[in-house]
Amino acid sequence: MTITVDHPANPAAGDADRPMGYGRIQRKEDPRFVRGKGHYVDDIVLPGMLHGAILRSPVAHARLVSIDTAAALAHPGVVAVITGQDLLGLNLAWAPTLSADVQAVLVTDKVRFQGQEVAFVVAEDRYAARDALELIEVEYDVLPAVVDARRALDPDAPVVRDEIEGRTDNHIFDWEAGDAVETDAIFASADVIVSQELVYPRSHPAPMETCGAVADFEPIDGTLTLYETSQAPHAHRTLFAIVAGIPEHKIRIVSPDIGGGFGNKVGIYPGYVLAVVGSIVTGKPVKWVEDRSENLMSTSFARDYIMQGEIAATKEGKILAVRTNVLADHGAFNATAQPTKYPAGFFHIFTGSYDLQAAHCTVTGVYTNKAPGGVAYACSFRVTEAVYLVERLVDTLAHQLEMDPAELRLKNFIKPEQFPYLNKTGWEYDSGDYERAMRLSMEIAGYDELRREQKEKRERGELMGIGISFFTETVGAGPRKHMDIVGLGMADGAELRIHPTGKAVVRISVQSQGQGHETTFAQIVAEEIGIPPEDIDVVHGDTDQTPFGLGTYGSRSTPVSGGAVALVARKVREKAKFIAAAMLETRPEDLEWEKGRWFVKGDPSVGKTIAEIAMGAHGTVTLPEGIDGNLDAEVTYDPPNLTFPFGAYICVVDVDPGTGHVTVRRFIAVDDCGTRINPMIIEGQVHGGLTDGVGMALMQIIEFDEAGNNLGGSFMDYLIPTAMEVPNWETGFTVTPSPHHPIGAKGIGESATVGSPPAIVNAIVDALSPLGVTHIDMPCTPARVWEAMQGRARPPV
Amino acid sequence: MQIPAPFDYARATSVADALALLERHGPESRIVAGGHSLLPMMKLRLARPEWLIDINDLFELDFILRDGNQLRVGAMTRHTTLLESAEIAGLFPIFADAERVIADPVVRNRGTIGGSLCQGDPAEDLTTVCDVLRGEAVIRGPGGERTLAMSEFHKGPYETAVGQNELLCEIRFPIRPRSGSAYEKVERRVGDWAIVAAGAAVSLADDGTIDDVAIGLTAVGVSGTIAESEAVLRGEKPREDLFVEAGRLAALASNPIADQRGPIEYKRHLSDELTRRVLRSACARAAVSPSPTTQEG
Repeated sequence: MTITVDHPANPAAGDADRPMGYGRIQRKEDPRFVRGKGHYVDDIVLPGMLHGAILRSPVAHARLVSIDTAAALAHPGVVAVITGQDLLGLNLAWAPTLSADVQAVLVTDKVRFQGQEVAFVVAEDRYAARDALELIEVEYDVLPAVVDARRALDPDAPVVRDEIEGRTDNHIFDWEAGDAVETDAIFASADVIVSQELVYPRSHPAPMETCGAVADFEPIDGTLTLYETSQAPHAHRTLFAIVAGIPEHKIRIVSPDIGGGFGNKVGIYPGYVLAVVGSIVTGKPVKWVEDRSENLMSTSFARDYIMQGEIAATKEGKILAVRTNVLADHGAFNATAQPTKYPAGFFHIFTGSYDLQAAHCTVTGVYTNKAPGGVAYACSFRVTEAVYLVERLVDTLAHQLEMDPAELRLKNFIKPEQFPYLNKTGWEYDSGDYERAMRLSMEIAGYDELRREQKEKRERGELMGIGISFFTETVGAGPRKHMDIVGLGMADGAELRIHPTGKAVVRISVQSQGQGHETTFAQIVAEEIGIPPEDIDVVHGDTDQTPFGLGTYGSRSTPVSGGAVALVARKVREKAKFIAAAMLETRPEDLEWEKGRWFVKGDPSVGKTIAEIAMGAHGTVTLPEGIDGNLDAEVTYDPPNLTFPFGAYICVVDVDPGTGHVTVRRFIAVDDCGTRINPMIIEGQVHGGLTDGVGMALMQIIEFDEAGNNLGGSFMDYLIPTAMEVPNWETGFTVTPSPHHPIGAKGIGESATVGSPPAIVNAIVDALSPLGVTHIDMPCTPARVWEAMQGRARPPV
Repeated sequence: MQIPAPFDYARATSVADALALLERHGPESRIVAGGHSLLPMMKLRLARPEWLIDINDLFELDFILRDGNQLRVGAMTRHTTLLESAEIAGLFPIFADAERVIADPVVRNRGTIGGSLCQGDPAEDLTTVCDVLRGEAVIRGPGGERTLAMSEFHKGPYETAVGQNELLCEIRFPIRPRSGSAYEKVERRVGDWAIVAAGAAVSLADDGTIDDVAIGLTAVGVSGTIAESEAVLRGEKPREDLFVEAGRLAALASNPIADQRGPIEYKRHLSDELTRRVLRSACARAAVSPSPTTQEG
């Protein structure tokens, strides 16, 4: 497959330099963003619009004794104050989550996490709404909180979800994958077994734009228009139909420009529902936009996995098996967004990139008095945790065997000829050439030279570390027969119309939060039908204007909607052949395609361009039987499998021996996402994901005190990496197309977030290994690194 | 958007006007300079002044002035100005060390030395800088002007000697021959508050012995400079074993609390480690600093 056309980014380049399809072009959406003309939820102003604010619980676990709203209602400008009792009357106090649980929209019985929604004030402006929150008097009867997930299943632990009938503990689910008996047998006879507890602490996606909504309920015809920060507008429409009881054809969800998602905007938050209730109650549009602290404290967190991992190998370094038991902290409600069959997401890809003889995992989910969520922050449905587990274990094994970690990986990779490869937990990896990517990464890094430098520095007492991570992702959920979210199959629609003059509009179901959909999807159409990307408008984010689909998360846009768009373009191309044949008074089978036109075989000068065919279709050409008068098509693409992008990352760190401060000096990222549609966008995604990885590895954690108070409720406490903490990224790529995807593309959105944290942690452990350090948990803050250097590394939770 | 509690706002046109506004609006009025500490606290509703008196038009307080053996710095001098001043860099290199690691360029463009000192955050950097340079605060109020040593200026976290109806107008620093100074901070991320930071200033006698030395620590519950460490060095030639002893004593003098930035033990270790580092650096700088004659020439 020919795919990469690497043009330099140059807006002034002539037409000849612009790729008619794949290649490096500047993003079509950027002119409006760089000129401050993006249009976000908070930019929406509707006539008569009111403003909502949420009163949140200051405590983590408490019986609600009473709420007095009289003073708030009397505050100038306040129109309504809504409590849980009011919602009970409307049957809206509890809403279904994306994981077959329910979540309180407003507290009715007791508070289950700090920051939980207690009351909603609607006022004429947001200042009055905010001020009125302080006038609501709430009496809480504080209860002991379950904060430590390790103690959540203790017999004497307070029960978080005592409203569920018969519930006497905090257990949510047990799930397993792989073969326990087979795995245990291999472990029983293995030469070498390495065990390590690995904690992936709770972090937060923290998009630049917080969550918000503008609800506009029209009482006369019963229609609801809901502008919201949603990564999945169609799924939200269906859920709102179920939650609010509004017929689905009366609901329109508009997700305008979105300032970052990272999984944070997949779920339906109480605030969205409250904006809708506020609009129904007042008869006016209601805007609600959360502030930064609300976003960090109440919306979907990420990770929070405590993993006990073990790896078995021969003494020569042949890896035989991996097993793990995971304790998953899901917070107060099971609100994670996973395909129904997989309560731990795709964690069972923890077998990594290695040809194993056996593997087994168990995952136990528990309730605690913390904010709900669990799948967010570019994690590819828990692949992040899985990759971290296996890549830390492989490094620990290398240390135990006194082998070079690159050599150990090269020795155990799945070989190119083994693809499609069925792993021991049920995945069918589509394609890969791992050794090629690993060797390229080592070449860019100058791996041998780095090891030499490290040796010299160690002799001088300097702490330099080199860390490797080789990841295999599983993205593009997914085949309908295996994957659904709350019963909605994970297939995506696409519609393409070619206007009479040969300009086009493609309508897609996935919603961009910064991924560059308006460019990438135009390039796919351009590649398939040969009209320039700038002549193709991409419509997304409005359920009234786009076909059904499950939304943007888990790196699924290109694998699923990208496939849909390629197929719909091919459908149009095929239809164009019949119309061209009619126009040329020849048979369709006598025509041949070159990008942009059908021509007569053997006589290339006789042909019709797509624009000419479009005019013909909409004009007066006599159309063949069964061909109607347009050049439009629609498809729904049900992917046959997921796609399995992979990458080889190498990180170089320096640790200050006196302070424990870590500097990421170099980072080499070789990614393979199959066919590369726009290399510039891919690199941007990789740069962002690597920066995320530095954040998680070095500084990010949402911590709680013993009472369940959130200690990370602002950007003073929850740290976002800056340009000062990251090196100049060194990227490279290989191309191993997906054999089952229409254009051979795999997802790239989360590869770097998934792959980079273990490379950084492996580098830090490598740097500290002369001091006897074999493990350190994230975040590797100066204090935690220093403690590890003193031989007192401790888990963050 | 985080919304502060309701407040009123007045913009002062002169120092006298600012003092009159403070007098008029009473105890619930607060001065705002750069606003980068006060406004976030207001947005979180941790601070709830009824009046903000904005002194950003008081350009007369934005100066760096050599006045004989003193350097006078106006309270409204922005961090960026301090960072970029060649005069300050030559006389007090500790300023550039510290300013480089205060917040980020956006904050430094707006934040002021007076605001930093008056906010009195326990992890604020310029307090230590002014302490070790033995600065003096010039405060004006209804009764006229008074000058306080830094040791009298600080009254604890978020508290200073500046009365509700007074205004910090400038800070004066003695200029000494053969002197050097340095500051070093460890932080979790650029722009974060210090986990621990240390500052030192030394001046050398003609024979190369330490004539005067001041050592300060940031964010570890120490107010003023650390006499125990200073005593080890005074009258001695700079030597590594003395730096080590001074560091050890600084760690003993520190009084950190455990928080998300680190446990007590680590902060004590940093107090030691960073004290040694800034002493080495300050002494090295003093050794090459100009003698009085070349300064005047």
